Amino acid sequence: MSTRLATGGRLIDRAKTVEFTFNGKRLKGRAGDTLASALLANDQMLVGRSFKYHRPRGIVASGGEEPNALMNMGEDARFEPNQRATTTELFEGLTCKSQNHFPSLEFDVGAINTRLSRFLPAGFYYKMFIHPRSFWKHVYEPFIRKSAGLGKAPRDRDQDTYEHFYAFTDVLVIGGGVAGLQAARAAAETGAKVMLIEQTADWGGRAMVDGGTVDGEPVDKFVQKILSELQEMSNVTLRTRMMGAGVYDHGYVLGYERVNDHQPDALGPRHRLWRIRAAQTITATGAIERPISFAGNDIPGVMLASAVRDYVVNFGVSAGDRTVVVTNNDDAYRTAFALKEQGLDVPAIIDARVLPQDSVLMAQAKAQGIRVIMGHGIAGVKGGKRVTGVQLCSQAGEGAVLEDIACDVVAMSGGWSPVVHLWSHCGGKLNWDEANAMFRPDVYKAPMGDAGEAFVSTAGAANGHFGLGDLLEDAHAAGLAAATATGAKAPKGFDAPKGITVEEAPIQPIWLMPQGAGPKKRMKAWLDYQNDVKVSDVQLAAQEGYESVEHAKRYTTLGMATDQGKLSNINGLAILSDALNQPIPQTGTTTFRPPYTPISMSSIAGEARGEIFQPLRKTVLHDWHEENGAFFEPVGAWRRPYCYQQSGESVKDAVIREIDGTRNSLALLDASTLGKIIVKGPDAGKFLDMMYTNMMSTLKPGKCRYGLMCGENGFLIDDGVVVRLDEETFLCHTTTGGAESIHGHMEDWLQCEWWDWKVYTANVTEQYAQIAVVGPNARNALARLTKDDISNDALPFMGFKDIELDGIPCRAYRISFSGELSYEIAVPASYGRALWDKLRAVGAEYDVTYYGTEGLHVMRAEKGFIMIGDETDGTVIPQDLNMQWAISKKKEDFLGKRAQERSHMADPNRWKLVGLETVDGSVLPEGAYAVADGENANGQRNTQGRVTSTYYSPTLKRGIAMGLVHNGPDRMGEVIDFPKVDGTVVQAKIVDQVFYDKDGEKQNV
Amino acid sequence: MSDAVSPLNGAKYEGFVTVKAMGLQGMITFRGDLSAAKVKKAVKTVAGTDMPGQRECHMSGDTGVAWMSPDELLIFVPYADVDAKLDELHKALEGQHFLAVNVSDARAMFHLEGNGAREVIAKLSPVDMSPNAFGPGEIRRTRLAQIPAAFWMPDTTSVQIVCFRSVAEYGFNLLKTAAEPGSEVGMFA
Amino acid sequence: MLILTCPCCGVAGEETEFAAGGEAHLKRFGPGSDDDQFHDYLFMKENPKGVHLERWRHANGCGKWFLAARNTVTMEVYGTYAAQTYEPPKEIKDKISAKVPGWSWREFS
Repeated sequence: MSTRLATGGRLIDRAKTVEFTFNGKRLKGRAGDTLASALLANDQMLVGRSFKYHRPRGIVASGGEEPNALMNMGEDARFEPNQRATTTELFEGLTCKSQNHFPSLEFDVGAINTRLSRFLPAGFYYKMFIHPRSFWKHVYEPFIRKSAGLGKAPRDRDQDTYEHFYAFTDVLVIGGGVAGLQAARAAAETGAKVMLIEQTADWGGRAMVDGGTVDGEPVDKFVQKILSELQEMSNVTLRTRMMGAGVYDHGYVLGYERVNDHQPDALGPRHRLWRIRAAQTITATGAIERPISFAGNDIPGVMLASAVRDYVVNFGVSAGDRTVVVTNNDDAYRTAFALKEQGLDVPAIIDARVLPQDSVLMAQAKAQGIRVIMGHGIAGVKGGKRVTGVQLCSQAGEGAVLEDIACDVVAMSGGWSPVVHLWSHCGGKLNWDEANAMFRPDVYKAPMGDAGEAFVSTAGAANGHFGLGDLLEDAHAAGLAAATATGAKAPKGFDAPKGITVEEAPIQPIWLMPQGAGPKKRMKAWLDYQNDVKVSDVQLAAQEGYESVEHAKRYTTLGMATDQGKLSNINGLAILSDALNQPIPQTGTTTFRPPYTPISMSSIAGEARGEIFQPLRKTVLHDWHEENGAFFEPVGAWRRPYCYQQSGESVKDAVIREIDGTRNSLALLDASTLGKIIVKGPDAGKFLDMMYTNMMSTLKPGKCRYGLMCGENGFLIDDGVVVRLDEETFLCHTTTGGAESIHGHMEDWLQCEWWDWKVYTANVTEQYAQIAVVGPNARNALARLTKDDISNDALPFMGFKDIELDGIPCRAYRISFSGELSYEIAVPASYGRALWDKLRAVGAEYDVTYYGTEGLHVMRAEKGFIMIGDETDGTVIPQDLNMQWAISKKKEDFLGKRAQERSHMADPNRWKLVGLETVDGSVLPEGAYAVADGENANGQRNTQGRVTSTYYSPTLKRGIAMGLVHNGPDRMGEVIDFPKVDGTVVQAKIVDQVFYDKDGEKQNV
Repeated sequence: MSDAVSPLNGAKYEGFVTVKAMGLQGMITFRGDLSAAKVKKAVKTVAGTDMPGQRECHMSGDTGVAWMSPDELLIFVPYADVDAKLDELHKALEGQHFLAVNVSDARAMFHLEGNGAREVIAKLSPVDMSPNAFGPGEIRRTRLAQIPAAFWMPDTTSVQIVCFRSVAEYGFNLLKTAAEPGSEVGMFA
Repeated sequence: MLILTCPCCGVAGEETEFAAGGEAHLKRFGPGSDDDQFHDYLFMKENPKGVHLERWRHANGCGKWFLAARNTVTMEVYGTYAAQTYEPPKEIKDKISAKVPGWSWREFS
C-alpha cells in the first residue's frame, strides 16, 4: 500500500493537517502536499479510468507530465475538469472527483471495452463508423458524442477573476531549477534586466531531490545561496507558480501564473496571464523521464522512477512497500537509494543493460545489498487494480518467465527527454543525440527574432546536460550569452560555480521490453496511458501505411491526450521508426505547439468578461433611454434605442406609435452616433471632390449637401450630409458605423497618396450630442426656446445656423431623414442631457414622442431614402440605386470613378433599385429573392431581384419594400413573385421607391 | 455652465490605487506644422508651455500640451476657456494652414493615484510601465484593453488617462477591475 | 506576435497597436487607364514568401501610416519607413540584400 512515512518530506509541514474530499471520501493530507501526494498518502493509487478501454489508472508521475491523475475539481462556480493532481497544491476543503467511469471508480461498466480491445485497434473509429453512410447521423455520431471527452463541462458561471499583465525584460529564464537559477544569476550579474519564472511553488528543481555537490557544498545550500543573491538584486524579478506556456514570434512569451489556485479564498485573481516581451529567452525547462514499454506497464503502481523518489523525498510518501526498479540507465538507481534510506524494500533493480563494468551508482547499489539483475527485463506485470508482482525475463529474448518477483510498485526509467517544447514553439530545431538517446536543441537552428538574430537559448537538462558540473557551466554560459546579446557587458572574473558530475554508465535505448516481445505482450505494452495507445497500435499504423509521424499520431491518437505526448512521444516514434525500419531522426517528432500544459480559458479572456467583456459605446442620453423603456439594438459598438416600449406595449406597436407621433406632431431622436469629421485646409474642397461622387468644392459656405462615398473599387461605402462651415472648413457626416473607418479612409488617402495636399482632418463625432427635432411642430417647439430666427427664410432646408436654445449655444441643421420638417441640433456632448430635457419640456405641449432606430428606418423607407448596409452590401454602385444625380459628371476623377467604368459595372443588366408593393398588403420577408423562369447551371431556380429593405408602413398601413430588380425601373407596375421559406409565394408590384410625399413638401416648409 | 455634465459625473473607486473620473477638462486638438515658429509661439501663448518634443507631455495642472503625432497636439486649457483659446489660436495663426477644434466633450479623463498606478496600466496596455521605460513628462498613445487611449504621469505615483467619452464606463470599469484589492502584482515595487 | 517600430512617433509597439494595410508603394491608376492597368492595380497584389514591403497604420497609437520591409518567412523586420516615399530607403534595401542576396520585389531589388 502507499502511505505516509514517519520521516522525510522536505516540502510538507507535518504539524498542519489539511482536509480534502476525493469521490466523496473525506481524507487528510499535510500542508505542502500536492493532491497526488496526499492521495498516495491515503493509499489512493487508483485515480481514474482510461479513455478508450476504461482501464484502471494510477498516478504515474509527479509533475505536469502526469497522464492519468486528472480530476473534476471543485464544485458549482468553481468546478473545472481535467485538473492534474500532481500539479494541484492541496488546500483545506479541496473537493475533487475522478473521471471517466460509471457507476464508480472501482467498478466501471465501460471496462468491458478492455475485453474487446482486440476489436478496438488503432483507426477503429475510422474503419467502423464509415458504413453504412446513413448510420452516421443517428447511430454513430450520438454514440461517439456520448463516449467522447474526459471530464464534465462546467455548468455554472466561474466565480473567480482573471487578468493579464504586460511585462518587458532583457532576459527571461523559464525554469527555476539549478540551471535556471544559475542562468539568471549570470545574466543578472551583467546588469541586464532579468526575469526568472518557475512553474511550481519551489526553487531548485530536481536537484533538491537528487542531491549533489556544488562548490563543495550540498546542492540545496547552493540553491539557497543563489536564491538569496537573486532576491537582493534590483534588476531581477522572481516568480513562482508561473509556467512558461508558449514562445511566439519576436520574443513574445506567455507566462501562466496560478496566483490563487492554492488559496482559493484569498483576494485577487485566480490566474494571471503574463504577456512578456523578452529580448532573450532561456529555456531551462529540465527533462522528463520516459516510461518503458513492457506488458502491463499501465497497471496502477507502475510509476516513473523519478516520481517514486519525489514522493518519498518531497512529501514523505511511499508509493508502496516493495518497489522493483526497472531501468536502462543509472539515474533510476537513485530511486532505490531513496527508498532504502527510508527503510523500504527494494527486491530488485532490473537493468536491461549489459555493461562491461559497474558504474559508481551500480557499485553503490550492490554495496547496499540491493539485488541488481543486469541484462534482464519485465515480461509482464501481475495485478489488476494494483501491481502485485513482476515476471522477470531476459531482455534479449521473447519473454520467457524466469522468476516472479512480488512487489506493489514498479519504478521504471527509460531515460530522460529534455523538455524542448518551448525551444520548439517558435521554430527551434532539434538534433537526435544517439549516445544519450534523446532529442536535444540544435543550438545552431534557434528561433529567430525581429532583428534576424536568435532569441531563444536553452540551458541545463533542457539542453541535454544532466550532471551538475556540465549543467552549471552550460547555464552560466547561456545566461551570460543572453545578457550580452541584449547589449550588456560580461563581468570579468565571474565564473560558473563548480558542480560535481557523477560518472554514469551510458544509457542503452530500450524501446520494447523484452526485445522480442510477441503480439500478446505488445498489445499490453502501453505508450499513451490516457488514450490507450499501445505498441501494437503504432505498429499497425505503420503497417497500414501511416509513415509520417504526424499521420500516425492522428490515426492512433498517440500523444493526443491531455498530456500531449509528454511521456509517450519518444517511445512512440521509436516504435514507429523500428516498424518502418528507419533511424529515429528520419521519423522526426510531431510538432510542439503551445501551450506547454493546458492553461485556463479564463486566463486567456483575462479581464474581458461581464460588463467589460467588450466596450459598449453609449451616448450622453443613454441613461435617459434606459430609464424610459428603450429596447436597445447594437449598431457597431453603440447601443441605440430601437424603440421605447411603454407598459404593456409590443415592440411593433411602439414603433407604430412613434412613427405616427412623428408624422403628426413632434418627436425627438438621439442622433448623436452619426459620424462627424472636420476636413479643413486650402485643398479641402479638392480632397472632398475625390472622396465623394458629388462635387463638394462648389458647395456654398452655410449650406449642406448629401453625398455618396465609394471605395476605389467603385462600390458604395458610406453616405451622409456634408456641411461647408466656411471657405476652408467642411463637416462631413458619416453613418454611425462609418465614423472611424471613414476617418481612417480619409487619412489613408491624405497620408499615403496626396500627401502634398494641404488638408487636415479631425474626428469630432463624440464632441457633440445631436438631437433631431422632427415633425410638423418642430419649428413651433424650438421657437419657444430661442429668440433666434429659425423661419424657413432664415434657416431654409439644407441650411444650418448657430443658435442659442435657452442659453445653450447650438448649431441647427435643416436636414431630414424622415421626410418631415426637421432640425438636427448639435451641442457639446456635456450639454446633451440638458438640451434633451429642455426639448422634452417644450415638447410636452405638442405631445412629444421619442423614436428609435426602427422608426427612423421605416420613415426613411417610406421616403425611399437608401440606407448603407441595407440597400448596399459591398457590391452595389450608386448607379444601381439610380443615384446618377449624385455623381458629378464634371469631375475628372473621384474614388470609384474608374471602377464604375469597368464592363460589368456599366452592364445595363445590373439589378436596379425600385419600390415593391405587395399585392395583398403583407410585409415581404427580409432578403427574399424574386424568381424568374428556368434554372441555372447548378439546377437552381433563376432569380431576377431581391428585397433590400422591407417594413410595415404605419403611414400607408401596408407592407412596403425596396429591392434591386433586373431592369426594375423599366418595369413599373409589373408583378413579380417572391417565394417564402414556407413554400408560399408573395406577389409584389414594382413601383416608385418613394412611397410618401414624393415632392418633399413636408420637409421643406 | 451648470448644464454641463462630465462623463460618469465624478465616479470614484478605492482599490489598491484610487480611480477617479475627472471633471470637465478643456481640450483642443491642434493639427499643423509643429516646427513653424508661428505655431510654436501661438501654442506657447495658449498653453503657457514650450512645444513638446516627440511623445512629450508638458502639463501643469489643467493646462499644458501633449505631442500626439508629428502634426498633432492635444492642448489642455480650463474647460471654460476653450472658446477664447480657440479664438486666440485662430487670430495668431491667421493665414496659416492648421486645424484647431474643441474636443473637450468628446473625451473622458481618469486619474489613478497610488503606488500601484503603474501596475494598473500594465494590466491593460501593452506598454513597458517600468520606471526606467516610462515616467512623468511623457505621453503614450496605445490601447487600454480594447479601446484606444492615451496616458501620462503627472508624478511618479499617479497616471492620467484619456479615452473617448462613449466608452467612459468601459474605461472606468477596466481601471476599477485592474485596481481591485489583492490583485497587486508587485512588479514595479 | 510582431513588434514594429512606428517611424512617425518612435514607439516600438506590439502588433495589437497596429493595423496591416496590404501592399506598399501601390501606383494608383484612375480614369484614363486601360482595363489591364486598372485590373492589376485593383487586384493583383504581391503576396510573396520572403521579402515583402507592406503598409501599416499605427491605429492604436499616433494614427499615422508607415511602410515596413519584412520577411514573411523568417518574420525579420528589416526596417520601417515613411509612407511618403516612392521606394524603400537605400539603407533598408542594403540590409535586405545582406540577408537575402538577389531579392526582388516588383521593380525593387
